[in-house]
Parts: sequence; structure tokens; C-alpha cells
Amino acid sequence: MPSSLLWAVDVYGRVYSLSTSGQQWEHCRDAHLEFKRVAAVQQCCWSIACDHNIYLYVHASEVPIRYQEETYENQRWNPVDGFSDRLLPSDRWQWSDVTGLKHQPLVDFQLPSENWEWEADWYVDENFGGEPTEKGGWTYAIDFPATYTKDKKWNSCVRRRRWIRYRRYKAQDTWVKIPSEQTESLPDPFNDITCGGWEITEEPRGCLALWAVSLQGKVWVRCGINHHNPEGSVWEEVPVPGEVVQISCGPGDLVWAVLWEGHLLVREGIGRDCLKGSSWVTVESPSPGVGVVHVAVGVNVVWAVTKDHKVWFRRGVNSHNPCGSGWIGMVGEMVMINVGLNDQVWAIGFEDRAVYFRQGVTASELSGKAWKVVSVPRDSERSHSSASASSLQSAGCFFGGEVRLQSQASVLSDADPETERAGGEVVPTPEIGDAPKPRIPKVTSDSFISELVSDREGQISRRDVPPAGPSIPEEDHPEKELEDRASPAQVLSPSQSGGVDPQWSNVDLEEAQTHLTSGPGGDAAETSSLSSVATYNLALEEPYGPDEHPKWAWVTGGGCLVECHTQLNWFNTSISTALNSSMQAMSLSITPAQTAAWRKQIFEQLSERSKREMENFMHFEQAIEQSVWVKKGTMQWWRDWKPHKWVDVQFALEQFSGAEGNKDGILFIYYTFNDEKKYLHVFINEVTILVPVLNDSKHTFAIYTAERTKQRWPMRLAAATELEMHDWLALLSVSCCDSRGIQGPPSKQAIWSVTCKGDIFVSEPTKELEASPYPTPCDQMFWRQVGGHLRIIESNSLGVVWGIGYDHTAWVHTGGYGGFFQGLASSTDNIYTQTDVKCVYIYENQRWNPVTGYTNRGLPTDRYMWSDASGLKECTKNNTKPPSPNWTWVSDWTIDYAVPGGTDREGWQYAADFPASYHGNKTLKDFVRRRRWARKCKLTTTGPWQEVPPIPLSDITILPCGPKSTVEQVSLWAISNKGDILCRLGVTSLTPGGSSWLHVGTDQPFKSISIGAVHQVWAIAKDGSAFYRGSVSAQNPAGDCWYHIPSPTGQKLKQVSVGRTSVYTVDENGNLWYRHGVTPSYPQGSSWEHISNNVRKVSVGPLDQVWVIADKVQGSHSLSCGTVCRRLGVLPMEPKGHSWDYGIGGGWDHITVRGNAMEAPRILMPSLTDTQTATRPLQTNNQPEMNGNPVGC
Amino acid sequence: MADDKDVLRDVWFGRIPACFTLSPEETTEREAEPYYLLLPRVSYLTLVTDKVKKHFLRVMKAEDVEEMWLEYEGTPLKWHYPIGVLFDLHASNTALPWNVTVHFKNFPEDDLLHCASNSVIEAHFMSCIKEADALKHKGQVINDMQKKDHKQLWMGLQNDKFDQFWAMNRKLMEYPTEEGGFRYIPFRIYQTMSDRPFIQKLFRPVSPEGHTLTLGDLLKELFPAAICAEDEPKRFQVVIHGIEPLLETPIQWLSEHLSHPDNFLHISIIPAPSD
Repeated sequence: MPSSLLWAVDVYGRVYSLSTSGQQWEHCRDAHLEFKRVAAVQQCCWSIACDHNIYLYVHASEVPIRYQEETYENQRWNPVDGFSDRLLPSDRWQWSDVTGLKHQPLVDFQLPSENWEWEADWYVDENFGGEPTEKGGWTYAIDFPATYTKDKKWNSCVRRRRWIRYRRYKAQDTWVKIPSEQTESLPDPFNDITCGGWEITEEPRGCLALWAVSLQGKVWVRCGINHHNPEGSVWEEVPVPGEVVQISCGPGDLVWAVLWEGHLLVREGIGRDCLKGSSWVTVESPSPGVGVVHVAVGVNVVWAVTKDHKVWFRRGVNSHNPCGSGWIGMVGEMVMINVGLNDQVWAIGFEDRAVYFRQGVTASELSGKAWKVVSVPRDSERSHSSASASSLQSAGCFFGGEVRLQSQASVLSDADPETERAGGEVVPTPEIGDAPKPRIPKVTSDSFISELVSDREGQISRRDVPPAGPSIPEEDHPEKELEDRASPAQVLSPSQSGGVDPQWSNVDLEEAQTHLTSGPGGDAAETSSLSSVATYNLALEEPYGPDEHPKWAWVTGGGCLVECHTQLNWFNTSISTALNSSMQAMSLSITPAQTAAWRKQIFEQLSERSKREMENFMHFEQAIEQSVWVKKGTMQWWRDWKPHKWVDVQFALEQFSGAEGNKDGILFIYYTFNDEKKYLHVFINEVTILVPVLNDSKHTFAIYTAERTKQRWPMRLAAATELEMHDWLALLSVSCCDSRGIQGPPSKQAIWSVTCKGDIFVSEPTKELEASPYPTPCDQMFWRQVGGHLRIIESNSLGVVWGIGYDHTAWVHTGGYGGFFQGLASSTDNIYTQTDVKCVYIYENQRWNPVTGYTNRGLPTDRYMWSDASGLKECTKNNTKPPSPNWTWVSDWTIDYAVPGGTDREGWQYAADFPASYHGNKTLKDFVRRRRWARKCKLTTTGPWQEVPPIPLSDITILPCGPKSTVEQVSLWAISNKGDILCRLGVTSLTPGGSSWLHVGTDQPFKSISIGAVHQVWAIAKDGSAFYRGSVSAQNPAGDCWYHIPSPTGQKLKQVSVGRTSVYTVDENGNLWYRHGVTPSYPQGSSWEHISNNVRKVSVGPLDQVWVIADKVQGSHSLSCGTVCRRLGVLPMEPKGHSWDYGIGGGWDHITVRGNAMEAPRILMPSLTDTQTATRPLQTNNQPEMNGNPVGC
Repeated sequence: MADDKDVLRDVWFGRIPACFTLSPEETTEREAEPYYLLLPRVSYLTLVTDKVKKHFLRVMKAEDVEEMWLEYEGTPLKWHYPIGVLFDLHASNTALPWNVTVHFKNFPEDDLLHCASNSVIEAHFMSCIKEADALKHKGQVINDMQKKDHKQLWMGLQNDKFDQFWAMNRKLMEYPTEEGGFRYIPFRIYQTMSDRPFIQKLFRPVSPEGHTLTLGDLLKELFPAAICAEDEPKRFQVVIHGIEPLLETPIQWLSEHLSHPDNFLHISIIPAPSD
């Protein structure tokens, strides 16, 4: 999971952020002002500074925020000048918008604010509906407004062309002031700010609601904030029935405000079409007489703080009932509270002004369990210890025992005076230099400071009581330990005190020493708090001084993603864990534990031992004889003959040592038929794949052999429980791998595939796999499962493997194997938690009748009023379950407006009848309508994958390499889920994750990309047109410009794959196309040649081998959709091949053969006359498409 | 780079070549040939020496035979210690095969436990596993297992079935990620020159401050003499499964990978050879 940030402001107005993977508060040094309030969301952070202006901090992204401005140039033909800009008086403007109604000359386009810049000058868009115009972008028509074509005809009287120019938001990773353009309507400055609402609508992308409260208690909402307009456009006032002091807005439609009198206001009527909402409802304060001072809302929660610092949780809040039902008093005394993502809660303690995190907040237990103090140092406080940590890192000591806090470093420095200087003196110096001039904080009121001071006096008086600690109930402080361990450093103190001397001139020397000794490592509030208030002020003058517990004024978690499996290192800080996490971040492929000397030593010694003790004695008799081992069980089996049904069977696996010492086995299924006992058996070494098929009713799995693949009819078995199924699957897969001598991680040449359930399989290619003319039939390939859940996977022969999840998260293979469930042969390292999110859709169907209009009463012949997409299966909100027990719901049912064909404001799509083509607006001819409801579900699994944050992707491609090539930098291109093209930098076989993205500018969004062996990059735009990227090379990884390649006539392309030289594409109608005439000097090629239909996806390998996922493959028992097929007869001079060879399926979604650069041994064969393999094309069949289960059950 | 899984296999399939000779004190009908056998390091002597017994019984009269016991250079070999531990403790740095003397008389009642049948070994083995799990997981994992699961562990060991054993044993090796290891590490430290059978104490894999503790940390606490300063000559060897892991090896890793099937990490401390 990528790290995200918690933002906080301390009582001096300094802004800090804390990463979920970090262990210290990072000071936001860019902020030149003190801030009062911050409101963070994932992409940015809003704030009110002490000058009462609103500031915005947009996080830099590798994909820039760019906006396309467009205008049209219109011309009319006249007999004298031909086409010219002399238009008729009734015509549109010579420069206009697309409708022609608005005058839009180029010079009228201005940057919206100084935070934008132009990317380049205006240029003509040559792309017209996916086709290149090649005529200066002109499109022709008879008259305005009319249908434009790219060809000039005899009757073309007018023409127009589109000019485009991009502007780019440049103010990233910095605080920028939002100009208050409406000075007259904003008479008083802002006092509070809150940001949310991003879950209300997807459209426009990144839409946010920003609510603010002015000093006079008025409420304002900032409109028009979205991805392309991060600053928003105008403030609109929202009338309130009182004086508001504070407001909070959740990710969804929840907005609560606090009135000056202590009551609460709840906003109602917020929705997609009305981000401002419509009315206010009042909610009383939880305790009579004690008003609310602070409120915080999430998706389904409301928390409040009353004047007596008590914390309250509101029961029963949700989107339908934004007011909730009642208050529950919670433990803890807080001054403010904030709800972040996943309804996680942060607060600032009343006593200690520390940031608290609410532990144990889950969807089922929204109120959480306990407050836990976030006890991490601020960045400069850690400089000393981090210095020693880094030196230890470089020395190669990664693990615990030796690495203790700075005390150890000091002991080391005793031995070496030079290091001592470095460790003890030099480091504090920059802190002092860094410190701003002494000043009294301006942000907080004087009374607040005095309150703080009185707080600490209170602490002094009860110093023998353990001071405030990690959690409220059991108070306990790490400081004492720190002090103890720091004691060796006392030796250093004289030299140190020299450096910090003046500040402490009025403090008694002994105290200064204790203070200094415990200083560099952590917080020593106790010692310094002995000093007077005057000294306290002095301490203030050194703001990064190690003496103080940070005192916080405000915290915002709106951008901070904490999930139940997130490991936070915020609560006890120890160097060793910090080291571990930093080391993990440094390298994806080599974990420190693997490289550790101790591990190497154990491996070496063990093999030495085995040699010593066994090598010369192998002729000795073994003490324990090996024998056959049988595991038995009962299961259900999907009978092979009709009527098909589940029958109870006895299941047994017999294992024995095979001929060459490897293990082998036979699987027996004993069943009764007509009262006769029968059995069938499968040799373990003939099993080609084990596929788990989880659904909500049965725990089933399928066993394929080459024969059963030909039949398209696997052996289907169901275990009684999931655990039992996993036990069997683990045992069977271990036996299969043993019998084939396969162990350890997948090789670099491995062929990867993904099923429609997101399961990942990998196969080890043999040299004979691509032999010509007699390759190993691909139904004999053995596939083993690798943990994880992916939609797309791509690899190359250097072992770089990337995947994309259903939720568009990018993952990189860690080099491990296994995971998925316990017991599967699996590497011990390199297995991580992986999550994926997808939507389940159901349809609400209605029919119109003349009396009541549209109702859910259909005709008797109609489909179910709640159904799946086909209408054949009844799917109600209540009976629809997640796809398998591994998935859990993570959202409620919501109307899906992003349906192909468009919807009306309520999400309805209309049609004349079921089933028909649906459109988004009601016409007179429509009698039925439907709308789609979506619900998100989430899977948590394990596998050898690590996330590559932060950009969600929709496609990737990795440079295919030859058998022996050594490439330092592996080219990797990707397409973001928004269609941006990206190029990954720093990808090598040792660092497969790479370092950063480079954005490659395009005029339109893309959906597919592929790079060939000599850096030929092809891409498919969302409108179905193909592009070739010029001048890409190892030296110029991003290339220079796009060449538009015309698509096959009338077809919109969908996917592209480029091998060594071959270029193949698949169009939206399932046709596979080969690009003719591609030569080194003319890499764009000349024309498309049709190869096959019924193709869903293509993968062209480094040997130009062509593999596809094909639909409607006929087996002897059944038909399969989503089948892995390989093109036969592909030779250097015959790159198109001649026929297909059918492999595993159906239910397969994706395959990549781009890692397999293993060339077959050359055998001379007479000629390829009578190949046994089918020379038929992919059979087409008009039978209805089966649902996409891997085994069709 | 080899995988940690390979360590488990190497540990499991460790074999010691042994040469069994009948004690000269025994009366035989004819001369007894020595018997050669590869002993699994992780098993127990009485579990794997049926063949030895049969071999020697052939040359003996039934009335001369009492319970068989084994001895190496005058030291009776305790069957309830894993074979590898016995070898490391008494016979490291000696020539192979390991010369073990077989006795059928004068059972050393003070030194050895009787072992009437394999069920005694099974009971001992299971009680070790339970004790280890009590240390690791308060016994929760082993108690959650069914009788057949316990049997699978034992049968795995008895029949030398690595997969069968580890299919179950991996559950005993799990721990909550956030804890960073077991509750306590089940370990025993053996030494030849002490009367104490072995040292066993509560020891956590992670320090209260969150540091990963190592073999060195364990020894520092329980057997400081085993750790020598750089300049001193090495006095002791710390041997696990016939190898000497580096002192910075994390104790949790050792417990997961170099434990015997009884789930204990058996550490032998022997005097360094003076050569």
C-alpha cells in the first residue's frame, strides 16, 4: 500500500506531515507563514494562514495536471479566394467554440492564474475521430452546422479545424495563495475550513467540496474544484440560521457545522447535482448546558467535542440518515477531533496537546477501541540518530542487537574522536542555524499560551507520576529508558554544551548536562520543564530543540489512508524497525535478510555439513524405509456424464518415489454407479493445472490434463470446507511440482497468465515449446498458481514482471512465489499482502404503463425487475453476494452513472424494449428503462507482489529482450487509468520496480501500449486509432513524437502487441490484425492484414511468437471462451504463421509470453507437409457465450 | 540465492553415518558384524534402530537380551535427545562414521530412560511439541489441532515424510506479524561438562524496545562464556545441526528454521578443538 500523509499544525503554526510508512513528523519548510488550520485530502491540502488567506498545497504527481484548451477555425469557400476566412454575415465567428456560438480567438485565452503555464504554442489537431486528416486538420461540410468529413467533396462549402493548446498547473508541492477575487462579498476573513465530498461524484474527475466559515460565522462553499481546476473558481455563500464557528465535511455527502451556542447543524440535500445541499437541520448538543465546540464527520460517522473536552460519538449516521440517532460518550479529553479516510479518527489531547489515533476503527466497529498517542519525533530531532543509523546501514549491519539509539553511537565515538565530533557536535549545529529568530507565536492567542504554560506547571507538580504516555488508560513513558540508555553519552557533554552554550546561561549546569545528554535522541520534557516560565520562553527560541513534546493545535487525516492491515510505526519508535522499513523501501528485489551474512553462512555451512556427513556414506542403509504414502478424503465430484450433478466420492492420493528419485503419485476417485463400485484415476505427472473455483455455494477446484484440456472438460471436485479444499490443493500442487521437478520461483522466461477471476498462473517454457515445425502442444504446458489477484500481467526475459489489479493498482513481482493460501509451496520472503477492489453490478428494470408511468411492475414475459446484465438471473440488492467468500463488501449499493450509452440525472437508461440498446435520454418510443447499481467489494490475499504507488494504471508493456541480451535500463511504458502515457525510469533486473514515472504528452487518452525489442513503441488511443512513437531508443527512452497510423477500415482498435519485429493488434470486434511492411527504415509499416476473428487479446513474444486469448474454442465435450492459443508455423520469414494450437482455458483473460526468449534447438526437417496439428482457423460458433468462469461452472 | 525453505529440507534430511558395534561385554553365539546405518539427525535413536536390534539379536541368545541401550565412548546415549544433538554434543570433530556401541545388559538406570515401545517416544515427542507451543503461542495452536493432526506430525517424523510433517508443522511456526515473533523461543542449551541436563529459560525474540534479538543476545544472557572477545582464543563452539551459525543470526529465524521436529531449538555448546 502506498504511504499517505497525516497533516498537523503545532501550536506555533508550523505545519508538519507524518507518513503512514514514516516515523517522524516532517516539517513543511516551504510554508513561510504560520498556519491556523489545515484540511487535507489525498491530492492536496488546504489551509488558512495567519494572514487569513486560504492557501493550497497540491502534491506533485508524475502525471501533470494539464488542461486542453481548444478553439475552432472556420472557413467558407468562395469562387474567388477558394477557402478563406471571409465568412457570410449569418455565419459563425471565424474563431469559435465547437458549437459556433461563442467567439473564441486565440488571443482571448488567458491562463486562469499565475500558477498555470502554457506547455507550448497553439497547434492544429490532425486527428479526426481516430483517423489522421493529413490535410492540415481541415474537415469539410456543406454548411455550418453540419456533419463534417475529412474528405473534401464537390459540395463542401465550409471547413473548419481544431486548434489545441495545453496549459499545465505548475504550483505543485508548494503553498500557493488562493486569490480572494470577490473582496466585496467576502467582508471578513475565514476562520475554519474543511474539504471533502469526493465520493459524491466521479464527474468531473477529482471534484471536491470546500467549505469554509468566516469570522462572522457565515458559511461559504468553493465551487468548481476538480482535477483540472485544483484551485476552484468562486466562493458561494450558504445561508445559515445562526453563527457557525466550525464545520466539517466528509468524503461523502455528510456536512456538519457547530453553532456558536453549541448546537449542531446538519446539511441535507447534498448530491451529485447539488454539492451545496439544500437545507439545514439542527441537532442538539449531547450534554445539556455544555455546548459542542468541535465536530468531525466521515462517511458514516460523526464525532464531536463539547466545551468540557468530552468526546462524543454519534450513532446511526449514514447517507440516508445524516443526522444519526443518538450520542455515545467516549473516553478521553480532547480539544479537537478529525475523521479521515476509512472513518479513521485522530484527535488532539486536552492535557498534553498530543496527536492521538483511534485504534481499532473498522467498518463493523466505527467507534474504535482506544486512543493511542502518536509518539514520533519531528524531523530535526532525529537527525543525530538517523545519522548513526545511516552509517550503520552503510556498514552492512541491518539487524537489531547492535543497533541501539544514539547511546551506541556515542560509545563508538569514544573510541574514535573524529567520529565523536561528527556524531556529537556537527549535527546539532545546523539545527541551531536553522532556527528562526526568537519570537512569540502569532497564531495562537495569548490565553492559549498561558493555558499551555499552566498545563506544564501542572505536570511539574506531579512529576513523580508517570507523565502522559502512549495510551490514556495505561500511562507509561519511553523517556526514562531513553535517558538510561543515553547515559554513556555523558562523557560527551562538555564538548556539546560548548555548542549550545548561550541558550542555557541562566540554567544550573547540572541540569543542562542531564538535559543535553538525553537530548539528541528524544524528548526530555521532564528535565527542561523544571525551568521557569522564562526558560520556557527561551526554549521556544530554539524551536527544533529536543526539549519539548510537540504541542499540536490541529490535525487532519483526510488524506491519510489507514486500513486494518496497515502497520503504523507511529507508536513506539525504535531504530531497528525504522531501518527495516527503510531498507524495504530501498530495494524491492533484495531484502536485507537475504543478503545478510548470517544467512549466507547458514546456507554454506549446511551444504558443507551435508557433504561432510553424507557424501561418502550414501551406500549406508537408510534408517527409515521410504514407502507409499496415501492421503484419503471424501469429496464431491461433478459427474462426467449427463445428467451432470455433484456426486459423493472417495478421493485418494498415493505418493511414491518415481523412477529417477523424484516423487510421483496417482489420484484416485472412487464412485458408485448403479450400485457398482468404480474408480477413475489421474497420474499426477499428467496434471497440467489445478484451478480453484471459489463461489458462494461450493469450495470447488478443477483438475486439467492435456486430454481434458482438449475436451474442454476438466475434472471438477468440491471439498466440504474451504480449509479442506486448500489442504488438498496445497498437497496436490506440491505433488505436481515435485513430480515435474519444479520448485522455487518462476524463471525469467516464464509465461504468465491470468484468469477472469484474477488468479495468476505461471508456466515454465521448455526449449521445445517454440520448436518448429513440431513444437510441444500447448495443452501439455504445466501451470502452477502464484498468489495474488491481477487483471493484467506483463513480463520480459530479464525477470521484470508487472501486474495491474482490477482497481488499477500497479504491482511489481518481488521474485518470490506462492502465497495465496497457507500451505502452497511458497517463498518465505517476498510475500506481501495484496488487496484488490472491484464492482459488482446489478440492474433495476422498469416498464412504462399509461396510468402510473414507469413502475417496477413489468409484463409477465419481462425480465426480473432486479437482474444481472443479461436479465436472466434475478439479482436483488439483498440476495447479491460478493463473487466468492474471499471478497467482502466495502461500500453500499450506489447508482452507477458511468454506463456506456449515458444516463439521465437519476441514472436511468431508456429503450423501446428489453433487451435493446439503451440510451441516456427518454424519448417517446421508449417503454422500458433500466439503471445500473454498483457495489464495491474487496479482496485481501497474499502473493509475491509489491505495490508501485501512486499512479493507477490501465496497461503496461516491458521491453522484450533477446535470449542473451544484457540491457541496463529496461524500457517500461504504461498507461494511467486516465489515459496518460507514462515511461518508467530506473527499471533494471535488480530494481524491477524502477524509480519514477516520466509523463509522455499526448493529445488524447490512450488504452493500450506495447514496446518491441528494438524500442518500437505502438499505442492505441481510446478512440481506437493507432499511434507509433518515433525515435525511442535506450538513450532517448521517451522518444520524440507520435505518428498516427490509420486503423483497419471501419474498425476501432483495442489492443496492440509488438514482438521482435511483428506488430499485431486486436480490434473491438475481436479481429486479429498483422501489420505488413514493417521494416527498420519504415517502422510504421504499410497495411493491416486480417489473421483471425474471435480474439480477445494478443501477446507477441521476443521471438515473434504469437499467443492469443481466443473465444469460442470448440473442444470435444464443451466450448470454451477465454482460451490460451498459440500461433503455429511462425518463422522468421513467415511471421504470420498458419494455424492455431489450443491450450488451457476457458476462463482465461490475459497471457504474456514476452519473457520467453528461449529459442528452440534447430533441427532440420524436410518440410511441414502433414502437421498433425489442426490447420483450421479459430472455429467460430454461434452458441451463446458462456459465462466467464475458468471452467465454466 | 537459496531459499529459506531449502534450509528446512537440509535440516530434515540431515543424516549421520553410524557404525554400530556390539559391546564386548555381551555374550554372543558367534562374532557380531558391525552394522552401518544413516541416521536421521532429527529423529530419535530408539525410533530408528530396530534394524540394529534385529541385526544383533541374530547372534545372541534370547535369555541374554534385555532392553537395548547405546553408548558412545563410555557415555550412555539418551534416546530422548534428538540424534543430531547427541552427535554434536559428544562426537563433533571426530572421524566418521560415528562409532556407537550397542548393549543389551546392565541398563544404566541412572542415566537413561526406559523406552519400551514407540508409544513412549511418541508421548515424549508430543509433550515436547506441546511445551514448545506453550512457549510460542500459549499452547493455542497445538490445542486447536485435532488428534489426527497430532498423529500427522508424529507419523511424519516416524516415516521421514517431510511434506506430511511440515504440512502441519507450519501452523506451529506462525506468529502474528505485528509481534515480530513467538511469545518465547523454545530452546535448550546443552553442554558436555555440566551436570545440568540443559539450560532452558524464557526468552523473547524481540526486546521490549522492538529490537530483533539474536543468538548472540541469547548466549550473552544464558551462557556468556560462549561469547569470546575478538582477541581471545575461541573456547567454545556453539553448534546447531552440526553447523555454527553466526551470533548475529536472529533467534526467531533460528527457531523457525533450525528447530528440531519437537519445535525446540537445541543448541550444543562444546569445547573448541585445540589444534
